[in-house]
Amino acid sequence: MSALEILPIVLLGVVCGLDVVSFPQGMISRPIVAATAAGALGGHAGDGLLIGAVLELIALETLPFGASRYPEWGTASVVGGALFVDQAPMPGALPLCVFAALCAAMVSGSSMVAIRRLNGRWAGQLHDEVERGSRRAVMRLQIGGLMADVLRAALVTLVLIVVLRPIVSAAAEVWGAPATMSTALVVGIATAVAGGIVWNALPAGSQRFRAGLIAAGVIAAVMVGG
Amino acid sequence: MSARRVSPLTWIATYLRLLGVQGAWNYETLLGNGIGFATEPALRSLPGGVGGAAYTQALARESRYFNAHPYLASVAVGALVRAELDGVEPQTIERFRTALCSPLGSLGDQLVWAAWLPFCSLLSLAAFGLGASPAVVVLVFLLTYNAGHLALRAWGLAVGYQRGLTVALALNNQFLRHAPMHIARAATLLAGFAVPLTLHRAVGTELSLALYTAAAAFVGALLIARVAVRSQGWRVALGLVAILVLYGVTR
Repeated sequence: MSALEILPIVLLGVVCGLDVVSFPQGMISRPIVAATAAGALGGHAGDGLLIGAVLELIALETLPFGASRYPEWGTASVVGGALFVDQAPMPGALPLCVFAALCAAMVSGSSMVAIRRLNGRWAGQLHDEVERGSRRAVMRLQIGGLMADVLRAALVTLVLIVVLRPIVSAAAEVWGAPATMSTALVVGIATAVAGGIVWNALPAGSQRFRAGLIAAGVIAAVMVGG
Repeated sequence: MSARRVSPLTWIATYLRLLGVQGAWNYETLLGNGIGFATEPALRSLPGGVGGAAYTQALARESRYFNAHPYLASVAVGALVRAELDGVEPQTIERFRTALCSPLGSLGDQLVWAAWLPFCSLLSLAAFGLGASPAVVVLVFLLTYNAGHLALRAWGLAVGYQRGLTVALALNNQFLRHAPMHIARAATLLAGFAVPLTLHRAVGTELSLALYTAAAAFVGALLIARVAVRSQGWRVALGLVAILVLYGVTR
């Protein structure tokens, strides 16, 4: 992969990585958007959408509550989408790229914690100036934090693409399981996670009521899809 | 007390800054610096202007520790701007800031993270499952989600400024109290619709394979619902996909 091919992916990683927390939190960073955009950059938006939908099922449970630590899906989905476009014709492409994206989300989530600590250190250093009402100090902290997040997202996307691409490529070469079964299994895992999370996390009333709503939805899906 | 006039340009600057309110988020002051950053354009109209005593004291006060949901921080920013421009006592403003944290955090988490975001995710998955093109799926998600997101921030800023120190009454309205539950119910209904269709499209057109996968996923979902606490589902997925990858490359 040449620098010219990597650059747009890194830029997309920056936009999506920044969106997770810093700016503008418009959820461009959700897998269904970020992975599709990465796929579109590689000329195969449909492939990006497929892995984006699978990752979105898993990401349904990741709700960025306050100071909690969570996987960072923005850069991870860009990486997953870009890798999948590369490997899509291979039989094990979907499970391998979903696995790569999940690992990327974990690494990138840790990098967000590091940025928050760095912001805290800077806030400590400028505390006296901020307490004196220095406009310069307040702006410096805010712009500095945003810039640090830009740098974080760029580095994370670049490193993950460079490291994961040859690994995924090599693994795809030796993949021995049938393509349809591999795809079905990874989609099944994502669906199971989504189902479990919908049941546990959505505050929609009693168990019986939730079961009724889900059953009504399934019946509608069978009528529409069948 | 009547509110001082804030120019439209100042409101636009404040609104845009609110989009980056978490830019300096950290474990010490949390959202504090972002609140100072967002209120700053309006504080310039305090007596003495930028650098004056009123401005520097207000900016220092607004940049201290603060925690809230990032979208509903707009309510706090509107109300705090109003209080500062009305010349409310500093101690009262500080007590008010502290009192705002908890309701703005819990309401935002319930309304946005636990209801609106999953609803919009599931809506886009339904579009995917129904065979929509990539552009349509992405637009369904981004337009729906951001219609709520951007409107909530604008409403928060407006209602915060209009109500000032009495903004808590606006947060207690029937719509905000019941909206999370209604949206979560709609999301649950949508989940029943969207998840099977997503599975079907992702697995492919072979109906028997999709049915077997759906049956296995249903059993898996029951197990995950029993064993996984919130925010651990992705770890379960990581573990299971790792086993699948190991099987695939060693077979």
